[in-house]
Amino acid sequence: MHIPDGFINAGTSLGAGAASAAGIGVALRRTGDWLEDRQVPMAGLVAAFIFAVQMLNFPVALGTSGHLLGGALAAVLVGPWAGMICVSVVLLVQALFADGGLTALGLNVLNMGIVTSLVGYGTFVALRKVLPASKPAVSAAAGVAAALSVVISSVAFAAEYAIGGTGTAPVGAVAAAMVGVHAIIGIGEGLITAATVGMVLSVRPDLVYGGWGVAAPLDAGPATPAAQEAK
Amino acid sequence: MRPGTKLFIGAGLMLALALALFVSPFASSSPDGLNKVAIEKGFDDTAEDHALDGSPLAGYAVRGITDERISKALSGLIGVLMTFGVGLLIFGVVARRREKEGQPLGEST
Repeated sequence: MHIPDGFINAGTSLGAGAASAAGIGVALRRTGDWLEDRQVPMAGLVAAFIFAVQMLNFPVALGTSGHLLGGALAAVLVGPWAGMICVSVVLLVQALFADGGLTALGLNVLNMGIVTSLVGYGTFVALRKVLPASKPAVSAAAGVAAALSVVISSVAFAAEYAIGGTGTAPVGAVAAAMVGVHAIIGIGEGLITAATVGMVLSVRPDLVYGGWGVAAPLDAGPATPAAQEAK
Repeated sequence: MRPGTKLFIGAGLMLALALALFVSPFASSSPDGLNKVAIEKGFDDTAEDHALDGSPLAGYAVRGITDERISKALSGLIGVLMTFGVGLLIFGVVARRREKEGQPLGEST
């Protein structure tokens, strides 16, 4: 899903860069409102874990692979604002690996970090409202939200291609192909996300930002804004 | 018993390192969804060379290590540790700003 330089023209890339910078600015402020020193290692771990899993391309169809984007996973684990920072850190480090263009960094932060975190978390919260407050339900909600976030992320690329794509292929065909393949990749994203959230819930449910109602607070009590809201 | 936070973070980091070291060399090398669409729709040739193609870690390989799998494994190890470090740094700054601003008014004038 990493956009290389050249796919999208400079003007559109610059616009996306400005939008991403503004979004990350908000994310840093919002995270600063609640993040405590003792929660820093978990946020760092989420970023490191996403870097590792993004390397694990899985086959989705003949001659095509997909990998985790991780925005929805991060949003469920550390909240949507810290989540998009995690993915942005991953994208920043990946530049040293020549993965994802430099002028396209703003586009990639927007599609893979901001869109996935916000869509993923919004869907997750909506699902949690109708699902029972149990660990399996939280994992399932995270998985479904993650799958949807990948598809919407591919729609975001199609929109950027429509605005500033340098290729000559018709927008409709590109959009249809993007959504088609990412619907399948989304299943993988959903499974990995549900499994990871389930794993953390089973050992340290209190560390899951979106785990309100299923995490019995043992010491300091619910620390995240989501948990406080639900109280 | 519930594992302590340090133990949890340590185990999580070990898992990430293990995935990067031992699983990533066997990951699919087929083009990903976007690249595949670009090839099919004929706009893959609009991609420009990456400005950091000369980076010693370019392409998830460590320059000088010719064995493809070992090179990828090591690049993954470095990447996971770098991401953890950059993450700690950025979130550390964000958290400290909160601690500072969280002081009662009048205490720091």
